[in-house]
Amino acid sequence: MDLALKPDHQTFADEIRAFTRGNLSPATKAKTFSGKHYDRDDHVHWQKALGRQGWLAYTWPKKYGGPGFDVTQRFLFENVLAEEGAPRIIPFGVKMVGPVIYTFGTDEQKERFLPGIRTSKVSWCQGYSEPGAGSDLANLRTRAVREGDHYVVNGQKTWTSFAHWADWIFCLVRTDPAAKPQEGISFLLIDMKTPGVTVRPITMLDGAHHVNDVFFDNVKVPVTNRIGKEGEGWTCAKFLLANERLGIAEVPASKRGVRSLRDIAQVEPLNGGRLADDPAFAAQIADIDLQVQALEMSELRVLSTMAMGGAPGPEVSTLKIRGSEIQQRIAELAMEAVGEYAQPYQPGMLFQDTNETPVGLDHAPPAAPRYFNFRKTSIYGGSNEIQKNIVSKMVLGL
Amino acid sequence: MDLSLSDEQKQLQEAAERFVRDKYPFDSRRKIAATDRGWLPENWAQMAELGWLGMAFSEEDGGYGGGPIETMIVMEQFGKGLVLEPFVPTVVLGGGMIGRAGSKAQKEALLAPMIEGKKQFAFAWLERQSRYNLADVSLKATKEGNGWSLSGHKGVVYNAPVADNIIVLARTAGAGREQKGLTLFVVDGKAKGITRRDYPTQDAFRASELTFDKVSVGADALLGKVDEGFAVVEEAVDRTIVALCAEATGCMDAINAATLEYIKTRKQFGVPIGKFQVLQHRMVDCFTNAQEARSMTLMATLKIDDKDPIVRAKAASGAKVQIGKSGKFCGQSAVQMHGGMGVTDELSVSHYFKRLTMIDLMFGNQQHHLTRYSNLAMAA
Repeated sequence: MDLALKPDHQTFADEIRAFTRGNLSPATKAKTFSGKHYDRDDHVHWQKALGRQGWLAYTWPKKYGGPGFDVTQRFLFENVLAEEGAPRIIPFGVKMVGPVIYTFGTDEQKERFLPGIRTSKVSWCQGYSEPGAGSDLANLRTRAVREGDHYVVNGQKTWTSFAHWADWIFCLVRTDPAAKPQEGISFLLIDMKTPGVTVRPITMLDGAHHVNDVFFDNVKVPVTNRIGKEGEGWTCAKFLLANERLGIAEVPASKRGVRSLRDIAQVEPLNGGRLADDPAFAAQIADIDLQVQALEMSELRVLSTMAMGGAPGPEVSTLKIRGSEIQQRIAELAMEAVGEYAQPYQPGMLFQDTNETPVGLDHAPPAAPRYFNFRKTSIYGGSNEIQKNIVSKMVLGL
Repeated sequence: MDLSLSDEQKQLQEAAERFVRDKYPFDSRRKIAATDRGWLPENWAQMAELGWLGMAFSEEDGGYGGGPIETMIVMEQFGKGLVLEPFVPTVVLGGGMIGRAGSKAQKEALLAPMIEGKKQFAFAWLERQSRYNLADVSLKATKEGNGWSLSGHKGVVYNAPVADNIIVLARTAGAGREQKGLTLFVVDGKAKGITRRDYPTQDAFRASELTFDKVSVGADALLGKVDEGFAVVEEAVDRTIVALCAEATGCMDAINAATLEYIKTRKQFGVPIGKFQVLQHRMVDCFTNAQEARSMTLMATLKIDDKDPIVRAKAASGAKVQIGKSGKFCGQSAVQMHGGMGVTDELSVSHYFKRLTMIDLMFGNQQHHLTRYSNLAMAA
């Protein structure tokens, strides 16, 4: 056992860093460090650059056009990108539907969809949750009725991140209402431009628009867009969720968050000195710093097991739980570090390119919105309570 | 980066598991704890025979060339069995300091027989006023001819009742909490002028309060350099902390397993109490806490040989914070979920709970190490 990097891994990290510095737009990078929201172009430009380099689908095996990174390379890739201020890769194509397609899809489907995902030429969103199916996902009602060589889809999906940017949506739909809840579900890929698909934005508590309702009104979907057999969509769904839970811990971003917290504490004033000199606040930063380290090491242990041929088991749910709690805590501490100056609401500083001077220090405008927004992390991707149910049942046998 | 055990390390792990399974079923442990000595010489001899007493020492020093990973593997199993033999004071602390600071003659006279199982050590650093500050030492060593004379008090000295040698941290210069001016001496456990008050600890180990009244030692008792003992102690304690963290991960695995089994079998309201979601979620939190404890222990184990003492110190303190937090959570939760049975002496859970609690208090608790880590991290 050894944590040290071999020289070729060090070279690899240098290569990733040089590429990121050469290809990530300075404006996008600035948004990362100032806490501003990205627009679609920020994501797409960066992801296309990664795609051209063959790195966007960095978790994929070589067989499907991935770079075939080992555990260490994957770890370095994610960390260097975060350190350099790259926006996180939108997961719906690369991390979610891509692996479902190469695991459960036909050869024709692989040829048709994987290249667009790998290169970011096609953007995806995820049609899982519905108004009546949140934690109880298998209760979903969106109906797909077979008519010859296509399905007719009717229903509503919600909390659909980036549906307003997406070209395609992957959906869980009910194809057999008579079967047991999990058995009547199929996995469909739907072109967002199909007549009958409409998107309605949902504004969140921080004023941001990321998520949407998506409505399906007699939407015709070719049967060839179904992944796996009819009625076996739940298998794809579970496979996808396990992958989602692994990436959702967001360790590299949290490491960046801890560094940023220390920087903020160095400049925020307190009693004529700096906030960093307050042992109580410093100890809270130290505590979250250590929590991030524990999470990182736990994730590395899971990845290391996977590298030896294991699959990510249900214990990855604990990474999602801790990862989300940690992100929330970092956001909370950042807001508390700003103190009174977290109060002014300055949407212009968050959503627009502006030369205006913020009220308060530069890191003040996003502090409270980020805290508010990050309450979502323990709710999305399967609420933390659901994750505990999963561990309880699947790991502990309760 | 590689997180897998070598074949030899896997064999060591299996051997340690076997030892605990054979020698430390809960009833056996209870009998061992009730003996006068509080541990079994035959177990110690077996550990020597298995090579565990020498595994972390260099071949040059008569050991087998292993390191912190080997210590972690064995300590984790010791935690599962609540093993009582004085491995930490003798091998990790005493042997560790002699291995790193001892002269060739000292290694021959002390380390070689220790590896064979024929010598035991204790480490006397704490005093009544010290709390967690390793440098808060007032026991005085004054020059006396070619040698030294030691006078003062030392407390909670593990394994002192039977130790052949006591390694004493004494003040040779300076005062109060100054790190400069501290010196290590190897003193015969039966030396004239040492008065012992022996007692068991909460978790059934044996320790003593020691009074040194003009205890004379020769020049050859000096371990390392005069006035420069602090760095040796700090490193040895950091290494010991990591070993204790490994022991604690073993305790947590065992206490969680016992609790899980209990809530699957104990029935109330007509169902096993593990059917209640509130207990399920608490059990998951226990599981997660133990995972994090293992992760931090592993990281600290892999960083403890780092040449940079700051990296080493941060790793040890970071792991100790996690162990304190996780140990408390798992211990308290286990007792709670066992209900009344949890607060009896009859089940193993209360014994794991006590050991986890004492590990938190040893060499600085969670709060102490959070502050230490915080200061080191903020300075960087």
